[in-house]
Amino acid sequence: MKFYFMHLMPYADLDLDYDKSHDSAWNTLPNSYYDPKKGHLLYNRYLDELEYADVLGFDGVCVNEHHQNAYGLMPIPGVIAGALARRTKNVKIAVLGRALPLLNNPLTVAEEFAMLDNITAGRLIAGFVRGIGAEYHAWGANPAESHDRFHEAHDLIIQAWTQPGPSVFEGKYYQFEYVNTWPRVYQQPHPPIWIPSQGSSETIEWASHPSRRYTYLQTFTPVTMLAKYMQMYKDLANEQGYEASQDQLGWSVPIYVAETDEIAHREAKPHIENFLNKFLRMPKEMLLPPGYLSLKSMMGVMQAKSAIGGKQTIDDVMGKGMFICGSPATVREKLADYQKQIGFGHLLSLMQFGTLPADLTRKSMSLYATEVMGHMRKNTSVNTAAVG
Amino acid sequence: MPFQDTFINIRGCKVRMLRAGQGKPLVFLHGANGVPGWLPFMAQLSQHHDVIVPEHPGFGESDTPDWLDRTGDLALFYLDFFKHLGLNNVHLVGTSLGGWIAAELAVRNDTNLSSLTLVAPAGVRVKGSPMADIFLWSPEKMARNLVHDPELAAQMMPGDMTQEQQMLVLKNRLTTARLAWQPRLHNPDLRKWLHRVSVPTQILWGSEDQLIPAAYAQAWCDLIPGSQSTVFPSCGHLPHVEMTDLYCKTLTQFIREVTP
Repeated sequence: MKFYFMHLMPYADLDLDYDKSHDSAWNTLPNSYYDPKKGHLLYNRYLDELEYADVLGFDGVCVNEHHQNAYGLMPIPGVIAGALARRTKNVKIAVLGRALPLLNNPLTVAEEFAMLDNITAGRLIAGFVRGIGAEYHAWGANPAESHDRFHEAHDLIIQAWTQPGPSVFEGKYYQFEYVNTWPRVYQQPHPPIWIPSQGSSETIEWASHPSRRYTYLQTFTPVTMLAKYMQMYKDLANEQGYEASQDQLGWSVPIYVAETDEIAHREAKPHIENFLNKFLRMPKEMLLPPGYLSLKSMMGVMQAKSAIGGKQTIDDVMGKGMFICGSPATVREKLADYQKQIGFGHLLSLMQFGTLPADLTRKSMSLYATEVMGHMRKNTSVNTAAVG
Repeated sequence: MPFQDTFINIRGCKVRMLRAGQGKPLVFLHGANGVPGWLPFMAQLSQHHDVIVPEHPGFGESDTPDWLDRTGDLALFYLDFFKHLGLNNVHLVGTSLGGWIAAELAVRNDTNLSSLTLVAPAGVRVKGSPMADIFLWSPEKMARNLVHDPELAAQMMPGDMTQEQQMLVLKNRLTTARLAWQPRLHNPDLRKWLHRVSVPTQILWGSEDQLIPAAYAQAWCDLIPGSQSTVFPSCGHLPHVEMTDLYCKTLTQFIREVTP
């Protein structure tokens, strides 16, 4: 199993009383809540944390894309990836989103990723997402076209990376007379492609297709759902005549490690609860614009009304396996257990969440690296071949 | 009064159509929330007209065809629809999204129209006077904001829906997004061609419209030569529902005045 350090770069200095007058930390929360002087310090602190992950021996660092919100300050994740490309030496750099349907010209992503891949001599992992629903409000991209644009933009980028240029692209949404990306990608035929999702069966089916076999990354989901979606991927692969490897399955989860279970719980509690109840806060209409999910999936969500809204506590998310928190032994045990049951090959740990301050973030990172990651690397036989 | 509830098939696209009454054809193009049924204003108008209420492709029980991308596609579809049904001298009435479709139709070809009535139409954006963001409205907020009278709003609050009803709501919202998400509820090119509308045209608006401000009525009048506007006081976005009698009276009077 490979270990990654994931960052969202939240605006941790957010006035948490914002929700007395605003119903969302996204799109409609005035940007007067953002102080650039504090933002400057946060960006540099977060970059330090990502660079620290390289020193600690993580296999990779992950950045991502969100727009117009206090939840994540990386609207253009390539800026952060570019800074990391030079300051880190060994880690893979996963840009988990670009949100392709938001773009008028997806070739910008083909170019941006190719540059990162060249600078790092192939340390880039290319993430393609549709973005969360709120992004469609923020960027005015039509959610009813989200799936189609995603597929077409993907095809265009793959063409730019794999077909000798110049070539022609004749799509419904994108048309180009000259697809001739300079620089070419460093990794051949192209960088590894990861598809993060919260569990859309359409996405799993698409990612697992034998012509793609992309790494499917399940984000922030109860562990029972994680198991279900990973199994779905494996089953679909089997139906299509191949066995999915661990390398095709990843899980992204917030993790906090401290000296004991009790200390971990106490230290993490306010910060994970801020993450859940303050930073992720948005109305259902913002989260799920029309067309973002298929009508069938949308019906499912409507029927499981309780899934959205309502305050969540640290114990709720720990109980569901959506947050791993405890002593190194507890965290090791849980991760080993889930890994054995579910068989994912990439584990992305979100180790700064909500308002978690720098000292606790670094303490947790360091304990995780030495007591969890190192230990698990020694003790689990990494099976990169087929899993059953 | 009984009404026909049928499906017609136009070039492979199956469309539901409600119809009743005798007289000159009056085609009503519905708004983003679809056609909930044979409404009192339809019954009233059918006393003097052949009232035809299609469900737009992509809405309600009509098909969602592959060719449906923009409001202009629906405008051209309805020109085919007129031809298919052999409709001439049509009094075309469109409300909100349906008003936008009607305007797109009229700038393309108004030879089969006798008159045009646009009720709080979308389709044009007046700078500095933004429309509300319906896509952030919850179903409760939608009911509250679409009409002015709080009692009527209370009646319109969504209750428990069957799975089929829920599916139709989602389908209508999806097609509305497809047509109107961006540019939001309008076509920047439409205003350039509204001078082409040559049939008698009236614009109706509710003074308390929370979705598209009543100030838009004048902008439409300025864009369509010879058009007239009426603003109903104490009325929201749905005058045909909220002020059925006044709406029907205004509409029939206009039609009587402008047609021989």
